[in-house]
Amino acid sequence: MSLALQLDDLSKTFPVGKPLFGPAKAHVRAVRPVTLQVETGETLGIVGESGCGKSTLARMLVGLLPPSTGEIKIEGHRLNNANPAEFGRSIQYVFQDPISSLNPRKSIRSILEVPLKRLHGMNAEARRARISEIFASVNLREEFLERYPHEFSGGQAQRIGIARALAANARIMVLDEPVSALDVSVQAQVLNLLARLKGEFGLTYLFISHDLAVVEAVSDRVAVMYFGAVVEVGKAEKIFAAPRHPYTNLLAGSAPVVGRPLTPPEAKGTELPDPLNPPPGCPFAPRCPKATEICRDVDPPLEQMGEDQFAACHHPLDA
Amino acid sequence: MTQFIKLLARNQLALAGGIILSIVVLVSILVPILPLQPPDVTNTADRFMAPFSEGHWLGTDHLGRDLLSRLLWGTRLSLAVGAAAAIVAAVIGSAIGIVAGYFGGTTDNVIMRGVDMLMAFPYILLALAIVAALGPGLMNALIAVAAVNIPFFARNIRGITVGIAHKEFVDAAKLAGKGHLTILTTEILPNVVPVIVIAMSTTIGWMILETAGLSFLGLGSQPPQADLGSMLGEARSALITNPHTSVVPGLMIFIIVMSINLLGDGVRDALDPRLRSGALSRPKPTTTVARQSSPPHGPGEGVLDIRELETQFHVGKRVFKAVNQVSLNIEPGECLGVIGESGSGKSVTALSVMGLVASPPGVITGGAVFHGGQDLVGARYSTLRRLRGDKVAYIFQDPLSTLHPLIRVGEQLAEAIRVHHPVGKAELRQRAIDLLNDVRIPNAESRVDSYPHEMSGGMRQRVAIAMALANEPEVIIADEPTTALDVTVQAQVLSLLDDLRREHNVAIMFITHDFGVVAQLCDRVAVMYGGQIVEQGTTDDILANPAHPYTRKLMECVPELGAGRRELAAIPGLPPAVDDLPPGCAFAPRCHKAQAECTKAPIEMTRGGGRAVRCLYPETKLVEEEPA
Ligand SMILES: Nc1ncnc2c1ncn2[C@@H]1O[C@H](COP(=O)(O)OP(=O)(O)O)[C@@H](O)[C@H]1O
Ligand code: SF4
Ligand code: SF4
Ligand SMILES: [Mg+2]
Repeated sequence: MSLALQLDDLSKTFPVGKPLFGPAKAHVRAVRPVTLQVETGETLGIVGESGCGKSTLARMLVGLLPPSTGEIKIEGHRLNNANPAEFGRSIQYVFQDPISSLNPRKSIRSILEVPLKRLHGMNAEARRARISEIFASVNLREEFLERYPHEFSGGQAQRIGIARALAANARIMVLDEPVSALDVSVQAQVLNLLARLKGEFGLTYLFISHDLAVVEAVSDRVAVMYFGAVVEVGKAEKIFAAPRHPYTNLLAGSAPVVGRPLTPPEAKGTELPDPLNPPPGCPFAPRCPKATEICRDVDPPLEQMGEDQFAACHHPLDA
Repeated sequence: MTQFIKLLARNQLALAGGIILSIVVLVSILVPILPLQPPDVTNTADRFMAPFSEGHWLGTDHLGRDLLSRLLWGTRLSLAVGAAAAIVAAVIGSAIGIVAGYFGGTTDNVIMRGVDMLMAFPYILLALAIVAALGPGLMNALIAVAAVNIPFFARNIRGITVGIAHKEFVDAAKLAGKGHLTILTTEILPNVVPVIVIAMSTTIGWMILETAGLSFLGLGSQPPQADLGSMLGEARSALITNPHTSVVPGLMIFIIVMSINLLGDGVRDALDPRLRSGALSRPKPTTTVARQSSPPHGPGEGVLDIRELETQFHVGKRVFKAVNQVSLNIEPGECLGVIGESGSGKSVTALSVMGLVASPPGVITGGAVFHGGQDLVGARYSTLRRLRGDKVAYIFQDPLSTLHPLIRVGEQLAEAIRVHHPVGKAELRQRAIDLLNDVRIPNAESRVDSYPHEMSGGMRQRVAIAMALANEPEVIIADEPTTALDVTVQAQVLSLLDDLRREHNVAIMFITHDFGVVAQLCDRVAVMYGGQIVEQGTTDDILANPAHPYTRKLMECVPELGAGRRELAAIPGLPPAVDDLPPGCAFAPRCHKAQAECTKAPIEMTRGGGRAVRCLYPETKLVEEEPA
């Protein structure tokens, strides 16, 4: 199996309170060093709560943010951060808010033309043909091409966003909460469309969501993030059924499930640590029911547990 | 565009300004071909002729030049210079603003500090200094006026650009291969042009005035060339003896500046999106009630009884039937779930109860809401205000919509109690602390003095719940209170609500789009689609055996944790627009069981075995109702 994506110690630190000249007063670590591989044709789900660094990670992968440390290899190559087009041809991004990802003053056709013209230098005739083809594959009628974004519902706008990503002809797609803004009945339509396109074009997906059930339904493997780090990685069908990390367990136990009685999840609080002043040791320790002395001192590394599961925990749960 | 012109024409002052300005502009354009006397030819024999003299309609000035001719040529020049200054200021200022706003960071900092420095000088002094440095002359006056107006454009446009530069479509353009320059000109610029136009239309009048001011001081147009300012300046010495030489250009300046400003204000208002949606018309304190037929009779069952409620939005000619014949009732201590997709009418139903739907455009056109034997629809404002927050309380998705950002949470809780129950200060504080304890906020004694922004989203939602509990209401209406929260926080808020209703025996109307949440919290559930309730019954019955095809399909769409990777069932099509509902069953266009019969007439509710369903071919047959 070839690798679509290889991340080594990728991290991102944002300066805060930077004066006009001179160094910043403090730093926020939005993503702590992440090492991950994504195989070609795979769907890797990424889950975690708001602010845990999912979007920051995704924006680094597509070249919209320069990483602070580490490197990204896309299909074996390191890409130049100064040249977004280089990223654009191999990896594309589908945004959470479908409406705001379309320029309100541009017709749908002119939005879809940009990647064809800029990334692939197609002439007008070739563009016309390609746009018709792509539009058909996302189940939209060609008459929509001359309309403007505000005339579309969320679900339709998201299909247009997907069509734009397809137009770049990239083989990897980062889907950042692609269905969170959609109604459930439309959500399923878009998810099924994504699954079909993946097979049709041989795509690799990075599927980011806060919705565990959605991620489980679409992913081959899932990575769980907490406070900027990947704390557990494993097969989609196993990771929530048999979590090794207490945080994954808390997430799985909190998702409302028909037929499970309402009990407050076992956790001491819901507060995240202060990102400006992160505690030493495991960042989950203040909320973790299994925390001990070592947890408060040493940040656990991601280690293999079982056949294809990795977790960063000193006292992992039983398989 | 036509809408813009309509809105503009509705503003009569702006219309008048527009007409006057058009006439002035038209005349100045036509000046070269009008049969006017040469403006600069002196004839001292005819000096200071009065208006309406033979051959000189407006008289002559101190050198015997024809005033009408000088006025029109001068107006032409003043307008041209003012417009040129406005365009120069707009182009340079907007370019600076766009660059600063788009690149942000240090670029933004350095540029905006420079702009701040320019703005720190008194405006007219700066213009004088620039002309002093460049030397007098019309061109230099133009440069000076443009220069002092650049900061205004730079600031305004920067503000707008910052908002746009963070929109996702800008990122998308980068990924589609566009460079910075192309993004600035093809993605950002089209979105800021309306703002530039507004800023220009509101400042061009002042720029004409400023140029006239410089010419008045002899720093702008040089003799013998006439512009309005220099005409005034030259007439200064004859102000008492021959006032018409001052009045004529003065009046013209007044007319131009007034008409431009009136039109400019009109343009600004017409382009304001809030005005378009009618939001600027002041909302009434309660929803307008215009019931077409006599309302159902009371006293109603349970603690809250909504009967055949109809709420509509009247926007122009369109009528949105947001809530259509909705009937719901809640017993004390019961939790009723209302589930449906966005736009199905859940929130409008909830807001109609206490007359909180914004009017205009909202109108309650039918039905009743009984609470304590009285019909709240059509109740006086004073009655509703007494009940709001006391007997019936709300929790919204965004806690900041009920919490004031600048007031400590303890004071807000105290205020909420004090409005309805006069209690002493010390007791109020203690009650506030008790409430925070009730909603399981740790360290309530110290948290009572926190501001909302010092708390996390989950904590704020708990404070909002505490606010709702403040007066021990009989009913809490919770509109998607956990939708914006993370799952771990949601689980805690849900179990808190569940405890509270058992401890305090409050009834909860819980609005959500999540079946998992309904299953865990609610005793009964009502499913809404296209403004109507399509199914109602106990949660257990409906989850086990949904009767309405929509309910069943909706449940199948929702992925549930623990089933592994799979294909999801989807409902084809889109939810209906409530201003254009299909005849008969609203779900028919998406229903796999639809028959011709379904689209003929509105579908009635079928009842039986404690359930109700609005479908001709339900998924399960309801138990026959026992004959009474
Ligand atoms: N430009 C920025 N400056 C400072 N902090 C940031 C910036 N962007 C994101 N962050 C911080 O990074 C963390 C992760 O954010 P994000 O990637 O948006 O998470 P998610 O996608 O999971 O919501 C958050 O704590 C957020 O406040
Ligand atoms: S390392 Fe310790 S504190 Fe962190 S998750 Fe594991 S048991 Fe809990
Ligand atoms: S009434 Fe007819 S169209 Fe409507 S839900 Fe029932 S079967 Fe479907
Ligand atoms: Mg995000």
